[in-house]
Amino acid sequence: MFLQIGIVLFLLIITGLIAPASSHAMHIMEGFLPPTWCIAWAVFTIPFVVRGLFSIQKTIQENPRLKMLLAMAGAFAFVLSALKIPSVTGSCSHPTGIGLGAIMFGPTAMSILGLIVLLFQALLLAHGGLTTLGANTFSMAVVGPFVAVATYTTIKKLNRPQWLAVFLAAALADFLTYVTTSVQLALAFPAETGGFAASLVKFLGIFAVTQIPLAVSEGILTVLIFKTIAAYSKEELQDLNVLSREA
Amino acid sequence: MTVACLKYENKKSAIVKNFLLVVLVIALAVAPLFIKRDAEFSGADALAEKAITKINAGYKPWFSPLWEPPSSEIETFLFALQAAVGAGFIGYYIGYVRGRKKRNSEDIS
Repeated sequence: MFLQIGIVLFLLIITGLIAPASSHAMHIMEGFLPPTWCIAWAVFTIPFVVRGLFSIQKTIQENPRLKMLLAMAGAFAFVLSALKIPSVTGSCSHPTGIGLGAIMFGPTAMSILGLIVLLFQALLLAHGGLTTLGANTFSMAVVGPFVAVATYTTIKKLNRPQWLAVFLAAALADFLTYVTTSVQLALAFPAETGGFAASLVKFLGIFAVTQIPLAVSEGILTVLIFKTIAAYSKEELQDLNVLSREA
Repeated sequence: MTVACLKYENKKSAIVKNFLLVVLVIALAVAPLFIKRDAEFSGADALAEKAITKINAGYKPWFSPLWEPPSSEIETFLFALQAAVGAGFIGYYIGYVRGRKKRNSEDIS
């Protein structure tokens, strides 16, 4: 399984590299959100980031050996958000990798890890941006992980298999991240005729439709990596109450 | 003996299943290149930029990135680096927990 994940990541990196280079890829671009919206989204996001700091601190204090698994969740988000993958719409986008960590460590922990990934990309890759960091963190690292956790717990409560819960959690978190991006842009740029709704349709066409096959891919990759973690780090997952003791 | 056999069969079917899932992921990434042969495959955010200027022709970005990769080659390099660092750690982690599990089961037996 280890080898297979390696191969798939390698091939995805290759397809990412051979696909015609574009100026940038995803998230709201630097300077492309009016200042009031930048401030508003940042204000909405800050409480989640603060809670995330406490959440991570608590997890690590109670169980220092979970540090490695937390780093692994961060690494997964790091890889997936670097892979710009072609989609059926004829444009490219990248997955987020947020669902996995959210299932294991809770939503706000991923607010921190997502923020770190976005900051890295804004500073070194001119991808996303510092002024739009609040809005992008809100969509990818607040909406994404909360959707993941809500989906995961719902599917588990319905007594559906673990893999289905993981798959849907990751795929929906990925998809709704970009639905949020579309809403944010439509709010800031309502169309002259048709207003918010007309703009929303337009931005959903750009971001959300492109994201559908990518969300499926992210769901599958998350299931594969989750199975690996469940096989070798069962005790950590039991500590986090993701897997039950008797299982 | 039968238990061992069963375990082996399970493992084999799991490998086949995982392999098919991996093939599916690759197909999802490669298929668009064939379905949309003439497409430019530019980033969705580049398309959003165009849409914004269409909705609000007067809008000028009010802030630009502090630093931009000087060429698309360097940008590609940095993205590849990001993926490599992440994938490297994932590989390290799986190797580590795999070894740990093996050691633990040897200790018990």
